[in-house]
Amino acid sequence: MRKHADLIFHLVSLSALVIALLALAALVFDIVSDGAGRLSLSFLTNIASRKAEEAGVYHALMGSIWVIALTAALALPIGVAAAIFLEEYGSRSRTARFIELNISNLAAVPSIIYGLLGLGLFVRLLAMGQSVLAGAATLALLALPVVILSTREALRTVPNSIREGSYALGATKWQTIWNQVLPMAMPGVLTGLILALSRAVGETAPLITIGALTYIPFAPDGIWSKFTVLPIQVFNWVSRPQPEFKANAAAGILVLMVLLLSMNAIAIVVRDRQQRRGRA
Amino acid sequence: MNAPNRPVPASLANVANRSGQPQAAFDSPVKIDVDALNFYYGPKRALDGITIQIRSNLVTAFIGPSGCGKSTFLRTLNRMNDIIPMTRVEGKVLIDSESIYDAGVDVVHLRRKVGMVFQKSNPFPKSIFENVAYGLKINGLVKSKAEMADRVEESLRQAAIWDEVKDRLHDSALALSGGQQQRLCIARALAIRPEILLMDEPASALDPIATQRIEELIYELKKQYTIVIVTHNMQQAARVSDFTAFFWLGRLIEFDRTDRIFTAPAEKLTEDYVTGRCG
Repeated sequence: MRKHADLIFHLVSLSALVIALLALAALVFDIVSDGAGRLSLSFLTNIASRKAEEAGVYHALMGSIWVIALTAALALPIGVAAAIFLEEYGSRSRTARFIELNISNLAAVPSIIYGLLGLGLFVRLLAMGQSVLAGAATLALLALPVVILSTREALRTVPNSIREGSYALGATKWQTIWNQVLPMAMPGVLTGLILALSRAVGETAPLITIGALTYIPFAPDGIWSKFTVLPIQVFNWVSRPQPEFKANAAAGILVLMVLLLSMNAIAIVVRDRQQRRGRA
Repeated sequence: MNAPNRPVPASLANVANRSGQPQAAFDSPVKIDVDALNFYYGPKRALDGITIQIRSNLVTAFIGPSGCGKSTFLRTLNRMNDIIPMTRVEGKVLIDSESIYDAGVDVVHLRRKVGMVFQKSNPFPKSIFENVAYGLKINGLVKSKAEMADRVEESLRQAAIWDEVKDRLHDSALALSGGQQQRLCIARALAIRPEILLMDEPASALDPIATQRIEELIYELKKQYTIVIVTHNMQQAARVSDFTAFFWLGRLIEFDRTDRIFTAPAEKLTEDYVTGRCG
């Protein structure tokens, strides 16, 4: 009887996996069949155009790369510092517990809310305008809860014996965190960062809210530049009536997917190198 | 404690006699002077009125059943319990006549003077060299790379592990065997030249040969250091220590020369414990 239950459970979980994979495969197949024909070097290097066959993603791709790089640069130090404070310095205090609860809540807030916050705070109040910086700051807010939570998890996996070993040698708390705890937590931190950035790179709503443009005639040349990003470009093409633009949208999604996968690949390489430096 | 570890008094007496300490060594100056020390984990009292004088350049062993407070007491001597929340200390601990629990005492400075080796070897996940160099680096104890290399070698030699690792100093410390890792941790503790070395069951996770090497090492090290060792293994206490303190339920029951503790204890409880009738 127990054996049967085991087998049934095995089959149920297997079919759940198959359903998920089939859905994904169907999606990828659909996009590839629509968009693969449009993919070419010129699609990457051409700028947006009214003529579907001449349009490309160059400006949007550059915008996405600018925004995501800057998002990472903002979210990583702030997120890690916040997590260190919560986990290593203030984990017992009531304030810290209150903050922790709210960070978990923030991770579940719809992204358009972040867009509204970004519009009010960065674009208007701090007068950043509809710039790459404002977009990245908004996406960094969106990414922060995930970065903080995953960094805390990673810090928690560092065994206390390492902290004690460091303290016993006369290290201060900060020396212990910087030299021993943080390097050991780094693979987990990077995994969390990439997860958060992968979500951020696909976001459309908050960037439209802060006023990222659907059409710009130039690639960003600095953090104050106006910009657009791949998802917005795709959104723009999808909403056109002509079927040629639908193919462009599918091709744009493929570019976005490749960008995402290469980000993940970079993260895995970096993480493995960190781990190898520690263990082997 | 399991059966094979239970000693019979006669064999213990032999072991104790074999250590053959010269009589004069027993009245070396007091290094650590503890007076009426109480320790609390939250509301629970873990140590009750501990008063003990630990002499320099001798090995003092703390024995007693699990949970008797011997490790907790050891950790009060370098204020390692500070990092555990909700703990509290009452009473006085003087090291070289200076009270270590006074306000204004620099804990970092204290821990440089009072080194510690833990029960489970805890090398950092870095190279062998970096493990030993870490304490020197963070305390700013060396001025040049050459001096660093010298100090690392000196420490590894002192911990009797140099010959085994000299050709792979830049390999990960985690590739070493358990016994080697523990000796590396001893080298790491010695690198910053402490005066006192606290050892919390340093051989409890090691096989007999590795254990023997650690014990020989302790015998060598006491020429330069004051050593306090917590151990579950009574033969080990008898073999390596000059003085032995017996703890029971958070109290210090008896403290005397090791040969007396194992052959003619004053307290019935001590006798029952060292002969294996209780604990």
